[in-house]
Amino acid sequence: MNDERRTSFFGRLGLAWRCFLRVLTDARFAETVSELSAGSVEPRRLAPSAPVASPPPVTSSPPAAPAATAALQLLSLLQREGRLVDFLQQDITSFPDADVGAAARVVHEGCRRALRTHARIEPVRAENEGTLVRLEAGFDADRVKLVGDVHGQPPYAGILRHRGWRAETLELPQIMGGHDARVLAPAEVELG
Amino acid sequence: MTRYAVGVDLGTTHCALAFAELDDAGKPIEGSRPEVMAVPQLVARGQLEARTLLPSFLYVAHESEGAQALPWDADRRFVVGEYARARGVDAPTRVISSAKSWLSHPSIDRRAGILPLGAPEDVERISPVEASWRYLEHLAEAFGERFGAAGASLAEQEVVIAVPASFDAAARELTVEAAIAAGIEKLTLLEEPQAALYAWTWAMGDSWRKQLRPGDVVLVIDVGGGTTDFSAIAAVEKEGALELVRVAVGDHILLGGDNMDLALAHLVRQKLEREGKAVDRGQQASLVHACRTAKERLFGVPTLDAAPIAIASRGAALLGGTLRTELTREEVTRTIVDGFFPIVAGDARPSLRPRGGLTEIGLPYASEPAVTRHLASFLARQSGAVAKLGVAPAPSAKPARLLHPTAVLFNGGVMKAERLRARLVDTLNVWLGSDGAEPVRVLEGADLDLAVARGACAYGLVRRGTGLRIRGGTARSYYVGIESSAPAVPGVEPPVSAMCVAPFGMEEGTEAKLPPHEFGVVVGEPVCFRFYGSSVRRDDGAGEVLDDWKRGELEELPPMELILPADGRHEGDVVPVRLRSQLTEVGTLLLEAEPVRALKAGERWRVELSVRAPE
Repeated sequence: MNDERRTSFFGRLGLAWRCFLRVLTDARFAETVSELSAGSVEPRRLAPSAPVASPPPVTSSPPAAPAATAALQLLSLLQREGRLVDFLQQDITSFPDADVGAAARVVHEGCRRALRTHARIEPVRAENEGTLVRLEAGFDADRVKLVGDVHGQPPYAGILRHRGWRAETLELPQIMGGHDARVLAPAEVELG
Repeated sequence: MTRYAVGVDLGTTHCALAFAELDDAGKPIEGSRPEVMAVPQLVARGQLEARTLLPSFLYVAHESEGAQALPWDADRRFVVGEYARARGVDAPTRVISSAKSWLSHPSIDRRAGILPLGAPEDVERISPVEASWRYLEHLAEAFGERFGAAGASLAEQEVVIAVPASFDAAARELTVEAAIAAGIEKLTLLEEPQAALYAWTWAMGDSWRKQLRPGDVVLVIDVGGGTTDFSAIAAVEKEGALELVRVAVGDHILLGGDNMDLALAHLVRQKLEREGKAVDRGQQASLVHACRTAKERLFGVPTLDAAPIAIASRGAALLGGTLRTELTREEVTRTIVDGFFPIVAGDARPSLRPRGGLTEIGLPYASEPAVTRHLASFLARQSGAVAKLGVAPAPSAKPARLLHPTAVLFNGGVMKAERLRARLVDTLNVWLGSDGAEPVRVLEGADLDLAVARGACAYGLVRRGTGLRIRGGTARSYYVGIESSAPAVPGVEPPVSAMCVAPFGMEEGTEAKLPPHEFGVVVGEPVCFRFYGSSVRRDDGAGEVLDDWKRGELEELPPMELILPADGRHEGDVVPVRLRSQLTEVGTLLLEAEPVRALKAGERWRVELSVRAPE
């Protein structure tokens, strides 16, 4: 699973080619690559220090690993479009359902839009839930989970309880300019 | 090398680019169709995404924000696209929007740094021309990013840029100026409604020839985010073949979907305030957005009675601060359908009452929100548009008071709502009925968001030999003002005659006959001419002088200016010149002054259009 998350050979080939071209044409990039290959790289900080007293630099935590970056980006996207992190971080137990419902509309509408524009999610099984389906020998256990009284040998006949979901495509934004993906939403300070 | 025909929609609220591949001989590849290119753009800080639409917004980043890196420029200091639009919500003073409306604003200097309007002092302001240039530049860079590896840059492609049909000569020229600055070298302008019709013919394949017959007059109704534009295109038979001729264009009307969403937001805001809930400045944009979404849902699902609206608080606490209300069908019908598309009679005209409180300061927004009134006015003004083409309807008992379209093609995001299309068609058919004409057919089938880019690209293919071309030429005739030499009377403006310098319908690459009138120009000193355009006087030939004209027939444009360089003459000498006009291959009007007695062969000087109107 983890291996699959890594860049494929062709992905790496493409990356190598882009790096090759950019090392040739972009001195700053070449410098960064040189540092990277020497193992001395640290996260790039493009923004000059803020006018107010800057918080102590986060020195201990290393930059997010590539796989985590994608997850962070997805969280950031769902927060940006649908306030998902705000929603999950708030303790909602004391609020009446009307308030939860109003907030859920914001979250649902935004997250749904974000999901639809960035991913194509299809049911694993096209049949209606509740219908009888047949599983042949060699069915993909990643795609179909047997539940209930699980025993015996395929073929199986059983009731489809959940259609399952599969992300056919997922396209996340590309991170530019050393942006720190761990910032899911920046703090907002309004100047008057 | 030229490998693609490219079409660009440089819209008021968004841009798009479509391309189609050409073969080695520069001919369209069999079966190649205009394809929309996804444009990489920042969608949030440091987040790049490719989207089919590039919002026409420019954000001047603050220095504390550092570079706004793009794959092709790590050091960029400004943002174009979705992130810029988003910043328009939370940092509005640094964001430029509606640059295209400013580009066609007649009473400002459109090359002067004025945008963002009302920006703080540390923001370097840019001109409407530069803003348009930045949008086109972004498209050119995105094109290079996609096709650069294959050796194609936008500079080498034939690019068709769509502009509103109602753009005057100066606005067209400024668009070309922006395109050249963006590195687009081979370009042609095309009117947006024509682009919409090209997109439709392309989407229909061969079957469009069954839907349009000689005698048809297609009314293109284009209601976009910021502007409303009408055009009429007639199908005529010439030497046994069908020919399309654009016969009329409407005025530039700054009225679009944004006004409609604002009106809804205004209504919902009042509703919330009546319930004692305040909407703060930061929530206003979410409110407009929520209203647009709710409106689209109500238009999309005819059985819904109301759509909920929820506006989140700005802080991290989502619950407790979320405002909720709903938008009812009755409200949408009253505000949008009856407010912007009221049922009016065919003799209704836009009112010129003072503007309401919903408009921003600066742009000459239409004071009349009723699209139907603007449409009635257009059809009445253009009632004679097809008289000379032999497609006029069978003579009826009553003289035609309106131009009689036989088909309607819709364009622009607003027209996605079936309810609004139906309202326009119904209203139009009532007018036609009372004029004794047949009801219109609706030409369906084009994607309203991307039709202009696709159609502009399709026109690029047509120019290379596939498909039918719409003829049209200039949509206006142009005049220069001649002040009479009557004795000066204090307080009375000397009467002005207008001499036609460019007749209606001049085609690209042609030149008008040199008018006989001579002007005396002082060497080395700028001379300003008053300049007029008309979208209804189609019979004035070059050189014809009008001493008076009906109210509204001629529209005064920003003056034009001529400076005769000394170059072999004495400063202060008066040189008699004549004005010559041609429509360039690009589609811009070129006015030149030619001396009556030339010092050397081919001597002429360019007359500068779009000089700022004197205060």
